[in-house]
Amino acid sequence: MANWVPLWLHRLGSPPVFYRFAGAVRPWALGLALALGAVALYAGLFVAPADYQQGDAYRIIFIHVPSAWMSLFIYGAMTLAAFVGLVWRIKIAEVVAMESAPVGAAFTFITLATGSLWGKPMWGTWWTWDARLTSELVLLFIYLGIVGLYHSFEDRRQGARAACFLVLVGAVNVPIVHFSVNWWNTLHQGSTVRLVGPSHIEASMLWPLLTMMAATKLYYIASLFARVRADLIASEGGKAWVRELLTREEGAA
Amino acid sequence: MNLAMGAYGFYVWTAVAVFLIVLLIDTLAPLARRRRNLRELRARIARQENRRRPGTPSSHESHP
Amino acid sequence: MNPTRKRRLAIVISVLVAAVVAVGLIVFALQRNMSYLFTPSQVQEGQATQYPTFRLGGMVKSGSIQRAADTLKVSFIVVDDGGAMPVEYTGILPDLFRDNQSVIATGRMDSGRFIASEVLAKHDENYMPKELKDAMAKAHENRKIEDTATQDAGK
Repeated sequence: MANWVPLWLHRLGSPPVFYRFAGAVRPWALGLALALGAVALYAGLFVAPADYQQGDAYRIIFIHVPSAWMSLFIYGAMTLAAFVGLVWRIKIAEVVAMESAPVGAAFTFITLATGSLWGKPMWGTWWTWDARLTSELVLLFIYLGIVGLYHSFEDRRQGARAACFLVLVGAVNVPIVHFSVNWWNTLHQGSTVRLVGPSHIEASMLWPLLTMMAATKLYYIASLFARVRADLIASEGGKAWVRELLTREEGAA
Repeated sequence: MNLAMGAYGFYVWTAVAVFLIVLLIDTLAPLARRRRNLRELRARIARQENRRRPGTPSSHESHP
Repeated sequence: MNPTRKRRLAIVISVLVAAVVAVGLIVFALQRNMSYLFTPSQVQEGQATQYPTFRLGGMVKSGSIQRAADTLKVSFIVVDDGGAMPVEYTGILPDLFRDNQSVIATGRMDSGRFIASEVLAKHDENYMPKELKDAMAKAHENRKIEDTATQDAGK
């Protein structure tokens, strides 16, 4: 068993080390995300063939579905960080959880907005109170609640702990969002309406989708690390390492 | 290039715009916040230095 | 009560309210969708009689769409495995509304006809280029022809 892995993780738990690590990784993650995102967007909008049924309207899928995946993935990552933060009282984990929430909220908002833009021409409505749409809207409220709770405390640490607790409570909604289409379908008294078939997409349409998925994952890393760095400067402001950093940056400026 | 997107140009391009604008805001916000936090911290340190050396005049605080 | 405690209390209450609203919305959505979609055969069996308005789900029967010449009125037949239901609707239909398309109509029964106030199109999760779909349809037809040919040969 490699001993260096926990040691490395342990070191990363120290705010100055994480600050430097995040600063080193962020530009690469953002650059790669932009490159992959540009390729995926171009391929999705212009290269991939039109759908036999929906024509060009289906191209919203290349934004909508990766964003929807991210809205759940970020919640999962946030739950893990919140759990580690609450149980082991690791400050970095709390900060990672708290700074994940705005990114998750952004992706959830994109999911809802683009879904609405897709639903209007195809289904014939901007919005309907079905289980999937409703639970995704609830996900947005939970994200906003976490952000609000974190910032409503004067003591940041206290706010983070309270909000981390809310993260764990709100995690109940994640499987509801994911399985809502299946559960909802089985509630449909075995109708012949094929509401959900086996997910099937042709390869020429699949690869831009997967590329966009990779781009959004990298984007999350970049955005999260930028946020954690900003957060650490404020919350660790009194510590020696931030003061050192300040004088170093002044020298560079 | 297929800019018209059949009859769905409005929907497709609005979706693309929402995606790009939201993520652009999300990218810029923490950078601005980091800069602001650094500036505030610098001001705080400057104030503390002033307090330590009462001879230096302070523009922000009035010492009784 | 001091301001800190007051604020904390406000936070706790707002979190609770948010949670209640969230759960309420989920239950509301599930309940509406659990009971309010019926297929034509279920309606004909009388399962929907207790609801003044409900959702009818099924497939648009091929060739059944009739549009009025001067108004937005349209009538069509929604079918499932064992039933058919004539539907009347006045308004703009979604782009996907066509023969053999899954639709969900909201409305009420009126002397054997379903008067829809809203018609939504439901699409499946299959995405493929038109060429591939055409090729698949062609292959399917060929197989059908072969099948009938072998059946004929067996007679």
